[in-house]
Amino acid sequence: MRILGLLAGALVMAGGLWGCSEPAEQNELVVYTSRNDHLIKPVFDAYTESTGVQIRYITDNAAALTARLQAEGERTPADLFITVDAGNLWNAANKDLLQPVESVVLNANVPTALTDPDKRWFGLTVRARTIVYSRDRVDPATLSSYEDLADPKWKGRLCLRTSKKVYNQSLVATMIKRLGEEKTEEIVRGWVGNLATDVFSNDTALMEAIVAGQCDVGIVNTYYYGRMKRDNPQLPLALFWANQDSSGVHINISGAAITQHAPHPEQAKALLEWMTQPAAQSLLADRNLEYPVNSAVKPADEVASWGDFKSDDLNVSVAGELQVDAVKLMDRAGYR
Amino acid sequence: MPRRGLRSASGASAAALALLVLVPILVLLSAWHQQQWETWQHLLDTVLWRLVGNTLFLMVGVTVGVLLLGVSLAWCVATLDFPGRRWLEWALFLPMAMPAYVLAFVMVDLLDYAGPIQTQLRHWWSDFPGFSARHPLWVVVTLSLVLYPYVYMLARLAFQAQGRAVLEQARILGDGPVRAFFKVALPMARPGIAAGLALALMETLADFGAVSVFNFDTFTTAIYKSWYGLFNLQAAAQLASLLLLFVLVALWLERRGRRRARFSELGGRKVMRVRPRGAWLITLLAFAVLFMAFVLPVSRLLYWVVETRLDGVDARFLNLVWRTFLLGAMSAGLVLVLASWLAWVKRHQSSAGVSVAAQLATLGYALPGSVLAVGIMVSFSAVESRLNAWGLPVALVGGLAALVLAYVVRFMAVAFGPVENALQQVRPGLVDAARTLGASSTEVGQRVYLPMMLPGLLTALLLVGIDVMKEMPATLLLRPFGWDTLAVRIYELTAEGEWERAAAPSLTLVLLGLLPVVLLTRRR
Repeated sequence: MRILGLLAGALVMAGGLWGCSEPAEQNELVVYTSRNDHLIKPVFDAYTESTGVQIRYITDNAAALTARLQAEGERTPADLFITVDAGNLWNAANKDLLQPVESVVLNANVPTALTDPDKRWFGLTVRARTIVYSRDRVDPATLSSYEDLADPKWKGRLCLRTSKKVYNQSLVATMIKRLGEEKTEEIVRGWVGNLATDVFSNDTALMEAIVAGQCDVGIVNTYYYGRMKRDNPQLPLALFWANQDSSGVHINISGAAITQHAPHPEQAKALLEWMTQPAAQSLLADRNLEYPVNSAVKPADEVASWGDFKSDDLNVSVAGELQVDAVKLMDRAGYR
Repeated sequence: MPRRGLRSASGASAAALALLVLVPILVLLSAWHQQQWETWQHLLDTVLWRLVGNTLFLMVGVTVGVLLLGVSLAWCVATLDFPGRRWLEWALFLPMAMPAYVLAFVMVDLLDYAGPIQTQLRHWWSDFPGFSARHPLWVVVTLSLVLYPYVYMLARLAFQAQGRAVLEQARILGDGPVRAFFKVALPMARPGIAAGLALALMETLADFGAVSVFNFDTFTTAIYKSWYGLFNLQAAAQLASLLLLFVLVALWLERRGRRRARFSELGGRKVMRVRPRGAWLITLLAFAVLFMAFVLPVSRLLYWVVETRLDGVDARFLNLVWRTFLLGAMSAGLVLVLASWLAWVKRHQSSAGVSVAAQLATLGYALPGSVLAVGIMVSFSAVESRLNAWGLPVALVGGLAALVLAYVVRFMAVAFGPVENALQQVRPGLVDAARTLGASSTEVGQRVYLPMMLPGLLTALLLVGIDVMKEMPATLLLRPFGWDTLAVRIYELTAEGEWERAAAPSLTLVLLGLLPVVLLTRRR
């Protein structure tokens, strides 16, 4: 046991010394990101190849990384924060963890609706959340909007994902902005009343349930549909672009920001700008079947094949501003 | 007096260990400084009571489940003879290596309306009514299947340690195996069983991964709802600290379990085994458990690995495996040493202070991992900032030492239970006898303590090692650059709904967990 103790002690000491992260080099950036390693690494590799700047990064969920930025304060090694969902970016900005960036390139490449009104974060890719339906059992002419899914004609035919997922929180937040709390709560209650089964814990399971006939319509992010379609070209499902006669399809972003105490703000800005340029935009969007924010860049063919749509033009920061209200509303309405 | 100096030094070391665990928890408790009535009011008005009810249901269900599986299987394996006993004895450990969230996903995937089983049933009977795979009972079944090994492992050690004498006495008195079990063996094994149950319940309380796959809302759901949904980390920390109340109840139960417990000497390895009628039935039941908890999920994972054609398995993947193993081995060694020390101090210094310190040092296991991880990060970060202000350029957060310490905070309880249990098997009389016979303290250590405690120590090492390798939230938050582990990769993929691609790291994690299981159980 004594030997074991010595061994463990020595290992930890060695590890401690070795693990002490040496301060980042001049030619090196540090990124905190909630994006997947296999999605983000090719982008960083491409940047390193073209500029020689090395990028070190840590992946974790946005809430944990935000807590880390907060705890580290001025001592943070992080230059950039890259995450999904405007709500997460809004929350970090709200806690004074991000700094405003003035950039002609960013202003030109990223639409205003997908940028923080105070320029503290910028969209990188767009994710659309819309209606999916069974081609066998639903006539698309009977579909119209998210609101319409609360209509009794969908009783026992609707499948939804859990309200704990931020995608649904953002959707309800924009509905609150457009329709007001009272009307939105009525709609959400309608959804809950129309559910065919308990809510699902992911979009893919939801679509499988529609395929299996447990329900007929649902609300999903388009890239999940794309992934399923890629595995099974005969998939008996189709996307329906919601609210084309009114507010447009609900969209959210993956986005990036420079941290308040970034050690290398200039280099960070260069990377941020580069990510909104055409080459990087395709790398960022196509791998996960998302849409580029830069309107000069075409989405992947597969994504383009789902057709064009009108998207909601509210600033996506609404998702953050009203997220707390949305969560509370869904709790009240009994949407789990 | 050097002896007194030594005593107070060892007492101080126990206090220091307790402090290490306590500081992150105190950081969380400090959240009560700021009132968050708005969030509380909302939760109380809407979901909180349902969540508390669900949590209690789950605790009761898992208690019944793990006791039923763990104790009965341990008893059969330790005392009865049935076909396949020799390999089932160690195979029944295997579900230990299966992360709860992985089994949960496989269960839902197989059992849901759209899954293969119900689809086939509908194919046979077109009017098959169907059932919900997300029923609360399935949550209980799933958690019981992955958590019973805690009880099985410690109960088996206890039953085996009881030795031949117990059974012989019972047999002489004319008892059959069943009566012998309830009258003699079970009361004697109670401390071990209680320790195992306490671990299983703490893990149940802290679980978020498995319950969220079933979308079964528990108390942890409220914690994460406050944090992620309502952007309120303070309220989340407040809620999390309430979990400690549940834990105090669990620890009190364990205490009661230990009280009046009788310990016996090792009765030799050769336990008399009886071959009951219907021995095949035992084999069948044991295999059914093994099948559900291990064979089935592993085959499903294998299927996905083949389906995704080993996507993502490359040189970087090997690096993940190596880091995972290294972290597991390193941390398990350290936790074992510290837990042994704590148990030792507690045994030799029967002061209330040391007892309390030991108890406090084990609290980390019951808190949801991500919340505890934040507490650890915040406290380490504060220390780091202070050190930096003194001109010491250390980086704690993001260093390997911080991560390993985080594992110590989290998993102390896992090692402490088995180690303390093992230490109690060594009766002080035995040590005195060895001393009287002129054995030096080194000899007592080598010839009395070590052989008697070895099974317990190895069990602790194994449990912690596997737990560290499976650990997700603290690893995610505190790992140094480049120290990705298999659990990190599983998190990343599942967060994006890519469960099939997560199969390769999941399966590798299970196989890695098997390594220590096999080493432990093959040792003779």
